Amino acid sequence: MATGRIHSIETFGAVDGPGLRYVVFTQGCNLRCQFCHNPDTWKLANGKEMTVQEIIDDLLDYLPFFQASGGGITVSGGEPLLQIDFLIALFKECKKHGIHTTIDTSGGPFSRRPAFLLKMQELLVYTDLIMLDIKHIDSEQHKVITGLPNEHILDFANYLAENDMPVWIRHVLVPTLSDFDDDLNRLADFLKTLDNIEKIEVLPYHQLGVYKWKNLGLEYKLENVAPPTEERVENAKRILGKALVVVS
Amino acid sequence: MTHWEGFKSGKWQEEVDVRDFILKNVTPYTGDETFLEGPTEATTKLWDQVMELNKKERDAGGVLDADTKVVSTITSHDPGYLNKELEQIVGFQTDKPFKRALMPYGGIRMAKTALESYGYELDKEVEHIFTEYRKTHNQGVFDVYTPEMRAARHSGIITGLPDAYGRGRIIGDYRRVALYGVDFLMQEKQREFQYIGDGTMTEEVIREREEFSEQYRALKQLKEMALTYGYDISGPAKNAKEAIQWLYFAYLAAIKEQNGAAMSLGRVSTFLDIYIERDIRKGALTEKEAQELVDHFVMKLRLVKFARTPEYNSLYSGDPTWVTESIGGMALDGRTLVTKNSFRFLNTLDNLGPAPEPNLTVLWSIKLPEGFKKYVANMSIKSSAIQYENDDVMRDIYGDDYGIACCVSAMKIGKQMQFFGARVNIAKALLYAINGGVDERIKKQIAPTYAPITSEYLDFDEVMEKYDVMLDWLCELYVNTLNIIHYMHDKYAYEKLEMALHDREILRTMACGIAGLSVAADSLSAIKYAKVKTIRDENGIVVDYEIEGDYPKYGNNDDRVDKIAVDLVKGIMNRIKKHKTYRNAVPTQSVLTITSNVVYGEKTGNTPDGREAGKPFAPGANPMHGRDMKGALASLTTVSKLPYEYSLDGISNTFTVTPKALGREDDVQVNNLVGMLDGYMMKKGHHINVNVLNRDTLLDAMDHPEDYPQLTIRVSGYAVNFIKLTREQQIDVINRTFHESM
Repeated sequence: MATGRIHSIETFGAVDGPGLRYVVFTQGCNLRCQFCHNPDTWKLANGKEMTVQEIIDDLLDYLPFFQASGGGITVSGGEPLLQIDFLIALFKECKKHGIHTTIDTSGGPFSRRPAFLLKMQELLVYTDLIMLDIKHIDSEQHKVITGLPNEHILDFANYLAENDMPVWIRHVLVPTLSDFDDDLNRLADFLKTLDNIEKIEVLPYHQLGVYKWKNLGLEYKLENVAPPTEERVENAKRILGKALVVVS
Repeated sequence: MTHWEGFKSGKWQEEVDVRDFILKNVTPYTGDETFLEGPTEATTKLWDQVMELNKKERDAGGVLDADTKVVSTITSHDPGYLNKELEQIVGFQTDKPFKRALMPYGGIRMAKTALESYGYELDKEVEHIFTEYRKTHNQGVFDVYTPEMRAARHSGIITGLPDAYGRGRIIGDYRRVALYGVDFLMQEKQREFQYIGDGTMTEEVIREREEFSEQYRALKQLKEMALTYGYDISGPAKNAKEAIQWLYFAYLAAIKEQNGAAMSLGRVSTFLDIYIERDIRKGALTEKEAQELVDHFVMKLRLVKFARTPEYNSLYSGDPTWVTESIGGMALDGRTLVTKNSFRFLNTLDNLGPAPEPNLTVLWSIKLPEGFKKYVANMSIKSSAIQYENDDVMRDIYGDDYGIACCVSAMKIGKQMQFFGARVNIAKALLYAINGGVDERIKKQIAPTYAPITSEYLDFDEVMEKYDVMLDWLCELYVNTLNIIHYMHDKYAYEKLEMALHDREILRTMACGIAGLSVAADSLSAIKYAKVKTIRDENGIVVDYEIEGDYPKYGNNDDRVDKIAVDLVKGIMNRIKKHKTYRNAVPTQSVLTITSNVVYGEKTGNTPDGREAGKPFAPGANPMHGRDMKGALASLTTVSKLPYEYSLDGISNTFTVTPKALGREDDVQVNNLVGMLDGYMMKKGHHINVNVLNRDTLLDAMDHPEDYPQLTIRVSGYAVNFIKLTREQQIDVINRTFHESM
């Protein structure tokens, strides 16, 4: 039986894909985003081991809510793709029950290595939607923010387009890091080249997770960065929104 | 007959049968809200006047004016107006709006204290009469109470009993007055009077004949009262305005006569829609005018007031009156009972702004029209003033013409009433089981002297054995106490007008209730799954507990503890059923605390779940705040496991979510709330209050009440004006679980 390392479960996710969603937060991430609000999900060794069956048994209790709201399951993190075998097993089981499946990922673990692609192909069979977080369009800046460059992440976006996988793009808007019109325009230009984007969400940076950094004894570098203004959020939505091909 | 012209005929014309009238004539509406109209100039003007009086009342400390001399009856006061020129619907409880009536029949001390606490003095003559000559309900009850009952009441293991105030929770079928006129109803009473009894004058027959005469007289007074406002309501209403006015007069007579804890309205909006539709069809009424009638009617319902003591308000905070109106639902034939008037009633939340009263209760079915579902959900998000109850579950039991009394008590309108029984504290009962019946706070023997637990660590089986015995004792005492109360209420404060608007043969229920369910369930779970060490005072009484290890907590969809809660509910119902009830009432149970979860908590010591002495319980069937860790669906699923068939008087759940946690965009929020409600009802959840607000708003309202005169929040089976809550209750509300997103 496949198992996953799970940080926590939230049964009432209303902002993690369509409808009401059962959100599984996996443990472990290979990015180290400066604004991360869940730094407690970074270390793969933490969290608790759960079997696919345990999750399915729990999840099935909420079927009426998913049916009524057009919801389903979202696996978020942490970085779910780090546990791709578990994801495949979990979603395969979900599909037996007709449950809508979503992955919320930064694309960090993606590569075109054949072994990985083989698994990715299988996972896509059981996946209805991918929410892809693009932290920054510029690779240098991406590295500053997350610790890793972004070429493979943008390539992941291309890969999903090649495979006609429905995608929602998410962009965390952080003043001083990722809220510059030039960058936003570049990101929009990139997104325009993809024809599988259904929605683009701008997530305003917030400081609700700062206490976790302190609890973990980590230094939080954005202490003095305030959340973006309403105007900047609207501005980002407008710029990125241009990339959406309106299909009538 | 011109008054019924245009209506489809039926059985309802031969005998009193409002349901038949509705089903023959209703026009179900499956569209959206775009037809709705805003407030007229007159409406806005009147409402401004009300808001000004509201402010004055607040500034005056809670009561603006009170009658200290005239004992309230249906005909005791001259007509009162807000603004005679502008009011479409008229009538106040006394001769002035915001003037509270004097109602001493429940208890003269209560009436006196209520006046004194707001700086008024009860007329000496009235006090003398009700002390020396005219016995009250309260006096009757205390004449009969046993020492054990008094002790249980004092320690707070049984609290909130209607032994000093009106029991309420009776819904007169006020629609009958509009449909038939008072004369026909009086004739019917006269006709039925002949058939009471077989000639042998037993106690039951004598009582019923006396009650019937009382009812008959009340109907006569109702007519007289309406006449003082210039309306002759002896015949049926001829148009929509008259229908609303007739119906309101009937309700007004009830609230002039009775200061019941909950004076609910029933299910009137769809009934009234039939009159409005007829007038609109004839071209006699426009949509704008129809909305104005509804707005003015609802404005009156918002101004129902009673004189109550501060102690009473600490139990039922925020000055509630429970003018509960049940909206929507489905007919047994599969059609929806949603009409345009269901929308108009909810539209008052826009036209007049949010308010706690009338207690707007949507009878939710998954089959309700989508347009209505979305509209209601949107209004809920905007106002936090709506509660939802499961029509799919209740329709099977009560048919399609039931209404909600108070918060969650369903009853067939005009065919059923209940004896309201407040509730027992089952968390405290658990402490009694551990301490052999000694109260942990006042350190007195309250329950019989059973053997206490003497071990250092609590053993689950031993605790359960003792808890079972303690609950046996408590339930027996409880039912007996209620029997006394309702005997005396019938005798000294009979609801003659409300009962006149019932059938002769009615179903009575004995509505028992419990508080502290989640505390008791979590405590037992801690004892079973963790190790709980007792800490004793110098006399060996357990006063505190230390928990070693973790335990499953109610509210996380974990069967290990949820089943304990389910078993408690079933076990208590089975115990209550064993006992003989007054007038052979059918025993029922509610899991509902109203706002008394705060008072119950104050009166209960440390509990084995780790809750500290004096801290509030969770309200109703809710999990304890902060213990539901797996999100709202897990929490809702836990509550939905409580079996309604063992708790037919209702299972209350209060849900608070921040707007952002419901979705990023407005339409997504509406969709998700509709989905949540549908899902909860599919899971057979009975009731849910929905609040959509931010904690910061409430914190700001605590500091700047003047900026939030209409901030409404649902607390239990009702809504309150947040700024009218006591500070403790405000803090309790703020500490409750807000489902948030990161």
